[in-house]
Amino acid sequence: MSFLPFAIAIWIFLVGLYGVVTSHHLVHLVICLSVVQSSTYLLLLGIGYRTNGAASIFVDIPPNTKAVDPVVKALTLTDVVVGAAVTALLLALAVQAQKRFGTLDPDELDPLRD
Amino acid sequence: MSPGEGPARRRDSEISLATRRRLFLVSGAVLAALMTWALAGMPAFGDYHGIYGLLLNRVAVPQEHATNVITAVNFDYRGFDTLGEEFILFAAVLGLALILRERRDEEEGPPDDDAVGRQVSGASVAVRLITVALVGPTVLLAGYIIAHGAITPGGGFQGGVIAATALLFVYLGGEYLALRRIRPLPLVEITKATGAAGFVLIGIAGLIWGVAFLDNWLPKGTPGDVFSAGTMQLLSVAVGFEITGGFVLILSEFLDQTIVLRRRRGVRSG
Amino acid sequence: MEKLAPLAVAGPFLIAALFAISMPLSRRRDDIVSIVTASAGVVFVGAMLIDVLSRDVPVVTWVGGWQPRAGVALGISMAFDPLSTSLALLAAVLVCAAFLFAWRYFETPGPIFHALMLVFGGAMAGFCLSGDLFNLFVFFELMSVTAYALTAYRSEESGPLQGALTFAVSNTVGAVFILFGIALLYARTGALNLAQIGVALAHGHADGLVVGAFAFLCIGFMVKAAVVPFHFWLADAYAVAPTPACVIFSGVMSDLGIYAIARVYWTMFDGPFHAHLETLRLVFLLFGGVTALWGAVLCLAQHHLKRLLAFVTISQIGMALIGVGLFSTEGIAAAALLIAADGLLRAGLFVAIGAVIHRTGSVNELRLYRLGRQVPRPLAAIFFAGALGLAGPPFLGAFSGKRVLEHAAIDVGHGWIIVVFVVAAILTAAAVLRAGGRVFLGWGEPAEDDPIPFGRPTGSEVERDDDEAEAETTGAPDTTPPVMIATAGALVAGGLAISLFPALVDKTLDAAARFTDRAAYAAVVLHGAKLPLPDTPNLGVDALAILFGLLSVGGAVGIALAVLSPRHRVRGLVPLRLRGPLRGTYWAVRRLHSGQAGDYVTWLSVGAATFGVLLAAATR
Repeated sequence: MSFLPFAIAIWIFLVGLYGVVTSHHLVHLVICLSVVQSSTYLLLLGIGYRTNGAASIFVDIPPNTKAVDPVVKALTLTDVVVGAAVTALLLALAVQAQKRFGTLDPDELDPLRD
Repeated sequence: MSPGEGPARRRDSEISLATRRRLFLVSGAVLAALMTWALAGMPAFGDYHGIYGLLLNRVAVPQEHATNVITAVNFDYRGFDTLGEEFILFAAVLGLALILRERRDEEEGPPDDDAVGRQVSGASVAVRLITVALVGPTVLLAGYIIAHGAITPGGGFQGGVIAATALLFVYLGGEYLALRRIRPLPLVEITKATGAAGFVLIGIAGLIWGVAFLDNWLPKGTPGDVFSAGTMQLLSVAVGFEITGGFVLILSEFLDQTIVLRRRRGVRSG
Repeated sequence: MEKLAPLAVAGPFLIAALFAISMPLSRRRDDIVSIVTASAGVVFVGAMLIDVLSRDVPVVTWVGGWQPRAGVALGISMAFDPLSTSLALLAAVLVCAAFLFAWRYFETPGPIFHALMLVFGGAMAGFCLSGDLFNLFVFFELMSVTAYALTAYRSEESGPLQGALTFAVSNTVGAVFILFGIALLYARTGALNLAQIGVALAHGHADGLVVGAFAFLCIGFMVKAAVVPFHFWLADAYAVAPTPACVIFSGVMSDLGIYAIARVYWTMFDGPFHAHLETLRLVFLLFGGVTALWGAVLCLAQHHLKRLLAFVTISQIGMALIGVGLFSTEGIAAAALLIAADGLLRAGLFVAIGAVIHRTGSVNELRLYRLGRQVPRPLAAIFFAGALGLAGPPFLGAFSGKRVLEHAAIDVGHGWIIVVFVVAAILTAAAVLRAGGRVFLGWGEPAEDDPIPFGRPTGSEVERDDDEAEAETTGAPDTTPPVMIATAGALVAGGLAISLFPALVDKTLDAAARFTDRAAYAAVVLHGAKLPLPDTPNLGVDALAILFGLLSVGGAVGIALAVLSPRHRVRGLVPLRLRGPLRGTYWAVRRLHSGQAGDYVTWLSVGAATFGVLLAAATR
């Protein structure tokens, strides 16, 4: 039972990756990529959790109360911003693809080849 | 469909889609096994004793007078990470602007309706009233969350995103085009960049003061007060500016693409 | 002095932000500001390097002033030793060179270009100098995001769009792997500081979690470094990114992935894995060797000059990985020397190619047949010098790195790998020499008739290559700006000069000894204590090394000449029976580079699974 959060993180990672690999639509691909990234949020937060621990905010609880790990929360915050930035950039590329080449299928984009 | 550089054709790939799927399923299964093996060595869920977190929980309040330990971690103990993260968003927005900027061969105009002659009504009065009324409180809420980042849940990032949603309210109320005519974009870009620059400058101020870069050298007040935790609040505000500017830019670039359709000169779609 | 170290990162960031602030206003002096900032960066990092060299131990500074308490790190450390500072210096130099080159290459790149490049430079400095695992990841992502944005500079063309897309998708997946590794290590050790994690892991043994963490971290870094089979994105991206950005990408960005693997191993994993070095070596030598050969074989087939250099980059990454994968002081020293020399040479070659594009508007070798004669003679000379340097003739270019690598390989009992990287060096140099011969000297068959007995690009592909090249730059086609020639010349000269000084080899060995000393690193980071330096051997130049050097150069020149000669002479060299299967496998390998993101991520997964399994087997 205690392995469940981590198992779910692995599952989300692999499902998202499968979506990226088999995608026929750029927007779908980008969303699957963000699913892959969200598996790390779950992993990090699952690591730092303490049973019956409060949030690490001591404004209305005494400072020595049992609290969850604050570092993973900060890491996840950073991670979310990074994920949002990359998603925005990729979606801009998707918009450009539709505008310029009329297609959103990643397999149809014409690569530069020798 | 806009005419592209030539018809987009499906490239023959060396491996067919079925092969791709099969390859991935096999390697995915192996990866699943590897990850499970690795994660089996984790400490039991709910019983974590990481020393870093325990130490910070104990010392953050007395040391930094900040009751929100997560903000303390983000803006003080690990402020350097936040600097990098802030600039990731900065770079992403720059890249987005680069990709979606208006090209020389494009012009702006209202979008064509494929169903000619259809009556399209604007937003109803109720929606307009509510959305416009909500813009102010949203910005106020954002300001509150940014300013109290060191005390209660929140901080520059969260508040900044909330502020950016004010733009979405304007869009929902149908006033986006009107807003756009005022062209506040340069102001938004300056806001974003000022936020980014501000963060760095606050850090450098530490060096000038004689302590380390990004040191928390301002007076820290008492925990729980609005003005406490030293430079954390300033950094929170700087980040708030930057995130607000950044997300407003992202939203407006994307909204421009849909509402103010840019197409090649002399070519009409539909 | 060390307190100012974060300025190496923050300085460029600040200027970039100021660029963005003044963006809505009219621009005039972009280039000058960037060049001045970049030069200031070079001076600053150079000063830091001198400072580091004058002390015996890594210099440590804690950002935010958070000194560690009783061996527990509260904040983020920047810890720099000579090797990482030198790498930061290389990055700073290349950013400066890129700006100098872009000054005359682009008409009006706009402030966005300058801002992105400055942020990129600052991120690389932060990456090299960081002593904290998550901080390393943040700067890794920052480098990546700016690189995606720079690659998409002309996203209205299909090439850059697709290149940026596969770049972003592949590297993001790699970054997720890195995060997995970080999460695992944090779970086990409760720390994010490299030294602290190393101390915590040293007391344990290599169980599933530790092996998994190492595997995931390496996979992520190998995606960035473009080790086979994680490399597919690189060939597409480097071919379409604006050439000034390619100077930095090829010159140092890929190498940073290799650096990260070494850094991560020697600060954290040396404790638990020390007993398994023999088997670990085999895994890394496998990946490094395959990468070196794959890149070398495929670069011979490229006619798009930038893509050719992209495969040269991949091949040399393989060689650097071999150096790191030998897991010894000499191996690290060899990798460092190779990264420095090859990086400078590749950057110089990119500038030279950029000058050719600027002058002729074409980037395709066949189209450029003889057109390179329009370009001033010095540039041609620089190009050939750079190509020869890649092969490592005695006392020039990659020679020092190669000879230390040969020594290191023999020392750990893997002398067979020498064959692999000598062959790779020969082939890559031959490809570049061939290109130079066709473009600058007008040798070989003209235009469409390709003497390589393997196939030809269609006319439309050549056309499109050139459309893209022309769109990238506009400039007066009658002259090549002297600053371009000077930049190319300086870079190539620097790369060649790496092997001129035997003292440099000794210094690098000392630095490598420091780099591989986990206990000393932990002592100075966590407790400010100094541990004595281990002794390093002096490696003199021996006859074998000179022989290999001559062999490499001779081989490269020979192959280039053979390829440029009329087709029937080359065909005769390949026995009839082998031609069919060779052609088949060759085309299969080439078509794997399909340009489709789904394919690339599939191969990434296959590679990740393979690597993980091999690593698990190697550490049981």
